[in-house]
Amino acid sequence: MTSFTPKQETTLLDNALSLIIKASVTDDSGNYKGPSIMEFYPEILFFEGTPFAINRIILVRLLVVLLLIVLFSLWIRQFDKATKNQVFVPTKFQLMGEISLNFVRTSIAHGQLGKVDGDRFLPLLTTVFFTVLGLNITGIIPGLNISSNALIGYPIVLAVAAYATFIYAGVKKHGIGYFKSAVAPAGVPPALYVMVVPIEILSTFILRPVTLALRLTMNMLAGHLLLVLCFSATQFFVFYADGLFGFFGVGTFIFGFAFTLFEILVSFLQAYVFTLLTTVYIQLALADEH
Amino acid sequence: MISRIIVLAAEEETKNPLLPADYDILWSSVVFAIMLTFFWLRVLPSFKKVLNERTEAIEGRLAAAEKAQSEAAAKTDELSKAQENTRAEASAIREEARAEGAAILAELKEQAQAEAARITQTAKAQIEAERQAALISLRSEVGSMAIDLASKVVSQSLKDSATASKVVDDFLKDLENSEKAGK
Repeated sequence: MTSFTPKQETTLLDNALSLIIKASVTDDSGNYKGPSIMEFYPEILFFEGTPFAINRIILVRLLVVLLLIVLFSLWIRQFDKATKNQVFVPTKFQLMGEISLNFVRTSIAHGQLGKVDGDRFLPLLTTVFFTVLGLNITGIIPGLNISSNALIGYPIVLAVAAYATFIYAGVKKHGIGYFKSAVAPAGVPPALYVMVVPIEILSTFILRPVTLALRLTMNMLAGHLLLVLCFSATQFFVFYADGLFGFFGVGTFIFGFAFTLFEILVSFLQAYVFTLLTTVYIQLALADEH
Repeated sequence: MISRIIVLAAEEETKNPLLPADYDILWSSVVFAIMLTFFWLRVLPSFKKVLNERTEAIEGRLAAAEKAQSEAAAKTDELSKAQENTRAEASAIREEARAEGAAILAELKEQAQAEAARITQTAKAQIEAERQAALISLRSEVGSMAIDLASKVVSQSLKDSATASKVVDDFLKDLENSEKAGK
């Protein structure tokens, strides 16, 4: 295996080069190669080997942060200008910002928590909603084509933040008794505590953050794989398949298009679900009786 | 080289998407910290301010509008009351005028009647006077005519005095009769 002559190596390199061209959709024997989990581990571009390593997906994530900051800064400027000049009729652009922010504020935070508590936890909820939405939507933006939420890092950070927040909310309101009321609901016969307490501990303090993070990651990951599958198959059928098989490319392209539209919905829905669940967990922690 | 590729491939297959890479967690935390701070300290205060200002402005304007409306309602009330008064006054004036008109009319009629009666009276008196005058002048004329006739009769045929006196008598009788018939 290890004893190649220089000539053999040259041939091999030649083959390899021609294969790299179709490496994205075919394996080395020319057959179709579907997407793998390695889609989410592209090569490191900067700071390799350190915790600051940056690959393409991290770059997309940082780009989204930049765009979000630019967009919301423009809105802040509009808000400040309106406040300063006492203009009470919002411009179209300002209205877009207000509707976006009000969606989280009114529909989610005030709806679940009421005005006072809703405003208390609004910074976290707003951050969760807009970053998740922004990071999700890159999955269908041409050129970016991947959602950095398919990497579990950001969902984990958000889940930990949500977890810490609802425990903070509960402890702040009920003191240490929060944990007791959370795991041993009132009205349950003490004899059943043997069963209920482990279930409550599991569902409240373990499954909640885990499902929050997993739901988001897996949705984005599966969505990306589906899109890659559809479009790489389209490319394979159109450019590499023999004869009439090329027409399969039409079908796979239509599927890819449909899933792209679906991904827009999923992006929004996952942002909404993550924010809403965080709000509901906070609301449950604040509730007087469990 | 091949073995290195195989090793690489083998390494690649072991990636688990549920375990975050260290750089992933790090950059996620950085992103979250930046965005949370940004939303907390910059976006939301500015947003709340603009909403509060608008709410205040709207409430202020609503109060002003309400005040204006109640003022307008009061003014309308006042105006309609004034209108009612004016209408009553007008109708009173009209009534009075009508009565006054009727009185004036009656008075005028009376005056006209009186005038007419007076004129009639005057006319009657005048006619009577004229008739008297005519009668008097006629009588004096008739006298002179009679004298003329008598003198003629006397001068022409004094011989036949009996006939002459009979003629005079007949003439006078006729005259008297005609005067009686005229009365």
